[in-house]
Amino acid sequence: MAVLDTGTQKGGVLSQALLAIGRIAVSLFVPIVAFVILWAGFMFLRDSNAPQGIIALVAIIWGVGGVAMLFWVADWVVNRTPLHVAKKLQPFVFVGPALVILTWYLFLPTMRSLYLSFFDAQSKNFVGLANYVFAFTDTKMLESFLNNLMWIVLGTGGAVGFGLLIALLADRSKLEKVFKSLIFMPMAISFVGAGVIWRFVYAYKPAGEDQIGLLNALVTLFGADPQAWFTLRPWNNVFLIVILIWLQTGYAMVIISAALKGVPSSIIEAGRIDGASELRIIRSIIIPFIASTLVTVSTTIIIISLKIFDIVFTMTNGNFGTEVIASMQYKQMFRFYHYGRGSAIAIVLVIAVIPVMWYNLRQFSKREGF
Amino acid sequence: MKKVMLVLLIALLIMPSVFAAGQKDTAATGTKTVTVFGAFVDEEQRRFEEAIKPFEERTGIDVVYEGSKDFETLISVRVEGGNPPDIAGLPQPGLMMNFASQGKLVPMWDSLEATIDKNYAPVWKDLGSYNGTPFGVFHRVNAKSFVWYPKKAWARAGYEVPTTWGELVALMDKMVANGHTPWAVGIESGGATGWVGTDWIEDIMLRTAGPDVYDKWVANEIPFNAPEVKEAFEILGDIWLNPKYVYGGTNTILTTSFGDAQRPMFDNPPKAWMHRQGNFITGFFPDTVQANLEEEVGVFPLPAINPEFGIPVLGGGDQFVVFNDRPEVRQFMEFLATWESGESWAKAGGALFPYLNQDLNAYPNEIERSLAEALVNAKVFRFDASDLMPAQVGAGSFWTGIVDWVNGKPLDTMLGDVQRSWPK
Repeated sequence: MAVLDTGTQKGGVLSQALLAIGRIAVSLFVPIVAFVILWAGFMFLRDSNAPQGIIALVAIIWGVGGVAMLFWVADWVVNRTPLHVAKKLQPFVFVGPALVILTWYLFLPTMRSLYLSFFDAQSKNFVGLANYVFAFTDTKMLESFLNNLMWIVLGTGGAVGFGLLIALLADRSKLEKVFKSLIFMPMAISFVGAGVIWRFVYAYKPAGEDQIGLLNALVTLFGADPQAWFTLRPWNNVFLIVILIWLQTGYAMVIISAALKGVPSSIIEAGRIDGASELRIIRSIIIPFIASTLVTVSTTIIIISLKIFDIVFTMTNGNFGTEVIASMQYKQMFRFYHYGRGSAIAIVLVIAVIPVMWYNLRQFSKREGF
Repeated sequence: MKKVMLVLLIALLIMPSVFAAGQKDTAATGTKTVTVFGAFVDEEQRRFEEAIKPFEERTGIDVVYEGSKDFETLISVRVEGGNPPDIAGLPQPGLMMNFASQGKLVPMWDSLEATIDKNYAPVWKDLGSYNGTPFGVFHRVNAKSFVWYPKKAWARAGYEVPTTWGELVALMDKMVANGHTPWAVGIESGGATGWVGTDWIEDIMLRTAGPDVYDKWVANEIPFNAPEVKEAFEILGDIWLNPKYVYGGTNTILTTSFGDAQRPMFDNPPKAWMHRQGNFITGFFPDTVQANLEEEVGVFPLPAINPEFGIPVLGGGDQFVVFNDRPEVRQFMEFLATWESGESWAKAGGALFPYLNQDLNAYPNEIERSLAEALVNAKVFRFDASDLMPAQVGAGSFWTGIVDWVNGKPLDTMLGDVQRSWPK
């Protein structure tokens, strides 16, 4: 940049002006060329009938190269401005794309949902707060609020509780890695995949037939009658929550286990010398030390429980009193085409998640990076 | 390790573009193309594609069918996104009315309407119309009011086909006295759990209250908790909620998938002796049964309850509607309105067609032939009510109402809840 700036010191006013115009022209020309190249690539990918292999190759070069080029061009343009301006613009080159994408894909849709939530099913007539009245008075909605509360308390409590217990026990075992790997494994399974697996655990056949469900096979082995687990209110909610615990315990365990390694052994030693029991050490030394980790893990799982959908959708589809907020939203939106109610429920869910998320982020920043 | 990661990364990057590229192949050939989007997939898709081959060979027009199990969601997304298929096969008349009211559909042109008038009973044109304007062409349809039974076991036990509701109840009691369980019922169907129950209710409504009351019920001109509706539920409850009458009792009703529900009929000895379901259920029968369908299975229409209304037929079907008006699209629609478009599918089995001039001999067995005959000759035909009601009810509270009621919710409370959910 310094090299370029020297040009302005020589020559008359006219040449200076010409130079300035030239520089602006070049600064405009380069982004335009970049845009044309990107556009040409896009059109090629959209309309081309070339063999798949070539299209794939172009897509990679266009995708990866396009991002690199955009960054390079933006950086180049910024660097051509005076230093003090460049310094202020520089951060936007890095953060800008993320902000644009977040605005376009997250912020604007949320605002649109908020807007639609005040309109009727076809988004034609303004209905005021009617959709929110529905969200807080409909019997199925009230049922789903209650169920979501159950998910939060039992799901989060179970996953964090078991995670902590296993982390503590594994910490004291020689086979720590093996245990932790086993517990962590379900994390690799999607919620829908877990739903399909657990359908077989809870499967029901009438008494006298071969039970293909694991749970009913055990129950009948001990001579009891097989149970249709999904129809047993309110326990069926617990049967579903067990799946979340199975999936999320591994996550809680890994994070808590890492925090455990950070508890200084000198303090624990000191506690032991003072004659504290192992339980006392856990309660008075380890837990306070990893408290912020526990909070972070809990809030993360609370958010997952709040927006739980996949498990309910694959297992009971909300029947037998297992409806949750997200499944109600899906039904209103995509089965009943009531965009107003669907949006209102989505907004309620967002509002419920925000405080937890805010608290979670605060914890993250307190710990300075994650 | 780094190399492996790089290869994986590249593979991930390539995959979407390969899929995206794959969709474009059809545009490459340069021939005229008609895109059709529908709800049926797999084997049914194959049979549909087979059935439209004569058209493709004759005209040189390439008809590209795409099916999806999430059709109802996707079609709305595509239409709203300004990217509708040329033609869509809509399973629910409500969906057609929705699009028609938004002005998204191309109304039927004169020559097509003339073909429809000639080839179909008037009921099908009415079902494809919105505000008096016809839009939809029905192709494959189904009829639901049938009771299936294991023929050989019935012969051994000496059971005879009942022709009145009284005979049916007497037969059920006779079965119970013999230590047999009359019915096999299952209503589990993923996101659509409950529809089997709504079909039963509709069939009973048509037989006790008649088609006029049925139409009022569909339009909510009588409330959902009207005495006529309650009576239908009570008649169903006499069967379903009596553990002696249904194999496995209410738990089995609630947790058995509709396709598997018929299986106990084909155990030896049968664990259940009758199964009420539409013509498509034959595709779910065990392979050994399907191989000898005529010898293994018998079928009779669900008997009349009130003789005044006779034996109405309840059914449904996909109607094809036009989004993009082009000459080749029109040509294909006119083809769909003729028996020629259904013949090879009828031969392959598993589908009924509404064409008045169809050749009943095309159906592969006596059973499907008799069903097609019953469908074409039915004095009263009514479309599946739950498909006609607003989605909030027809695909919502009616389904869940059935589930809750079978699971122990009091009848009056349930009926009141369904009525309250009706959109105003």
